[in-house]
Amino acid sequence: MFTRRQALMGAAAAAMLAAMPPLAAFANEAEIAALPREQVALVAPPFVHAHDQIARGGPKVVEFTMRIEEKPVVIDDEGTVLQGMTFDGSIPGPMMVVHEGDYVELTLVNPGSNSMPHNIDFHAATGALGGGALTLINPGEQVKLRFKATRTGTFVYHCAPEGPMIPWHVVSGMSGTIMILPRDGLKNEKGEPLTYDKVFYIGENDFYVPRDEDGNFKAYESHGDSYADTLEVMKGLVPTHVVFNGAKGALTGDNAMKARVGETVLIVHSQANRDTRPHLIGGHGDYVWEEGKFANPPAKDLETWFIRGGSAGAALYTFLQPGVYAYVNHNLIEAVELGATAHFLVEGEWRDDLMKQVEAPGPIPTN
Amino acid sequence: MPHHLIDALIGAAAALAVPATAAGIAHHALLARDIAQTVEIGAVLLDFPAPGEFLMEGVPAASPVGTVKVSRFRIMKQQVGAATYALCVADGACDPAEGAAPTGKDVPVTGVSYRDAMAFADWYSKNTGYPWRLPTAQEAAAAAGERFAGDAFPAAADDPANPSVAWLRRYREEAAAKRPADPALKARGSFGANTNGIEDFGGNVWEWTSTCYSRTTLTTDGSVEARTDNCGVRVIEGLHRAYMSSFVRDGRSGGCAVGTPPDHLGFRLVRDDTPLAHARLAAERLWQSATAHEGVGGRRNIPAANVEATK
Repeated sequence: MFTRRQALMGAAAAAMLAAMPPLAAFANEAEIAALPREQVALVAPPFVHAHDQIARGGPKVVEFTMRIEEKPVVIDDEGTVLQGMTFDGSIPGPMMVVHEGDYVELTLVNPGSNSMPHNIDFHAATGALGGGALTLINPGEQVKLRFKATRTGTFVYHCAPEGPMIPWHVVSGMSGTIMILPRDGLKNEKGEPLTYDKVFYIGENDFYVPRDEDGNFKAYESHGDSYADTLEVMKGLVPTHVVFNGAKGALTGDNAMKARVGETVLIVHSQANRDTRPHLIGGHGDYVWEEGKFANPPAKDLETWFIRGGSAGAALYTFLQPGVYAYVNHNLIEAVELGATAHFLVEGEWRDDLMKQVEAPGPIPTN
Repeated sequence: MPHHLIDALIGAAAALAVPATAAGIAHHALLARDIAQTVEIGAVLLDFPAPGEFLMEGVPAASPVGTVKVSRFRIMKQQVGAATYALCVADGACDPAEGAAPTGKDVPVTGVSYRDAMAFADWYSKNTGYPWRLPTAQEAAAAAGERFAGDAFPAAADDPANPSVAWLRRYREEAAAKRPADPALKARGSFGANTNGIEDFGGNVWEWTSTCYSRTTLTTDGSVEARTDNCGVRVIEGLHRAYMSSFVRDGRSGGCAVGTPPDHLGFRLVRDDTPLAHARLAAERLWQSATAHEGVGGRRNIPAANVEATK
């Protein structure tokens, strides 16, 4: 029979266990080899591969493959061409989702058709420059990296070869995001569960395209040809383009994001190089992890949230009113002139209680 | 020049009715090739969708299409050329157009605002002896003939209780109609002539009109109950209708929030052959001549050369 004292000690031990980092113990290769494995096919942003919000079963090894592709990409409606560099062919690179305690096993491929060495630095990973020191591969090579997802949140990954190549590769498109969910899913500030019906990944990029004497954007034959001029524009720190999903207007028109009134949407927003401030015009952030780290309670009812350069954040919002919503970087010059605008098309019933045009526009009455 | 002075002079000038060249009034050395060819558009009845925004019973309504009578007028066969506009700039009467025009090609002037078009019309009138002005939206429609487009998408509310239905419908229509931008300037004439002989209307250069943007409240029988004009915004006609602030020079930066905006903004002018317009111009030129030697408000005198009547 337990004494009262023993019972209290038991509770204290349980509390201690709960307070300990769940992954304090380091598994050996045999233990990791015994874990279940899952292969995940990545999808191009703004979409995200299917995933469980609450983990089923214990930790596993999640396998991803990304091919690095150097290729010219059109980044605006004027046909401006950037000598782009991509993870898996898209700017930004695809978003990966795992749970805390899972192992991420990435096969990174640098096909022989590329011209430069590349690697990957995961902000979510611990040691070796985020994996950058273990993944530098030349064209024609591939490498496999495994890291343990020890911290929850949304984290940027990016290419970081060396020296001036680092910012150049990043502002040429080589960044993406990994989301590490708590095993029991997202929670509000009271620890109550939060779920989403849809998730969109919006990667924001700043581009620095050189201009000719007439002020027109220059096109180059190759990455090498573009490097010197591009570096000069980069050093001025004034981007020529600030865009979502790789190009001005990429998430508008036919490619606008879609939702319904009553649906809850998780919007993950990354910027690998430069600060930004997302804002949903006519909506809010119900729960926002500005820094993107789910161990911290989300901020509530935000109008605009701040994403530090080199990080990814997440905002949860339930649409309450139908219509066309603009999702912008609320530096409105960047939104309107440089391209950082996306649209949500939301269908559903209009609620006069929330808003109504009481009197239509008309001449000012004169007495 | 103060308007009351112009008005006072109009009577006398009209009585004189002396051709400008004969009066020896100075103007810039425009060569014959710089004087635009014009096309006469006969009086016509048009089914014309009125520009602007319309409200009926507090919700957006479709633009009423009424039959309008447009009187006979004469309009430039081609849009104003970049080279001719450059003469106005060189003469100090026009601001430079925005953006670099390709050299070695007879392209239309682009990167010009409504204000620029008005300044050019004034300069061009003084230097050709004909009164020139921007066309109204109705005249632009008459000249454009079968190429006239008007507003691209109906603005009427689909469901008065849910404004988002029309917003979403319109957004999708505009997305579906999105065409690739076509920023490369082509030589004048490249888009061909319509049945009126008007060239390049509906190409990649949209054209300013003198018509003001307006918001009209309609009664349920469709008649006008109230109307507010906003002349800070003018109607632009072309591949589709647009509304732009009068100082905007880049079609991509003003007007359309979604859909494909105008590639370029340019214009063509109406030669206003009404006696009143001729009289007003003659009066202005007399005033200019009278004040030029005093250096008051006048323009510098350059001997005329080759100013010939247009076709």
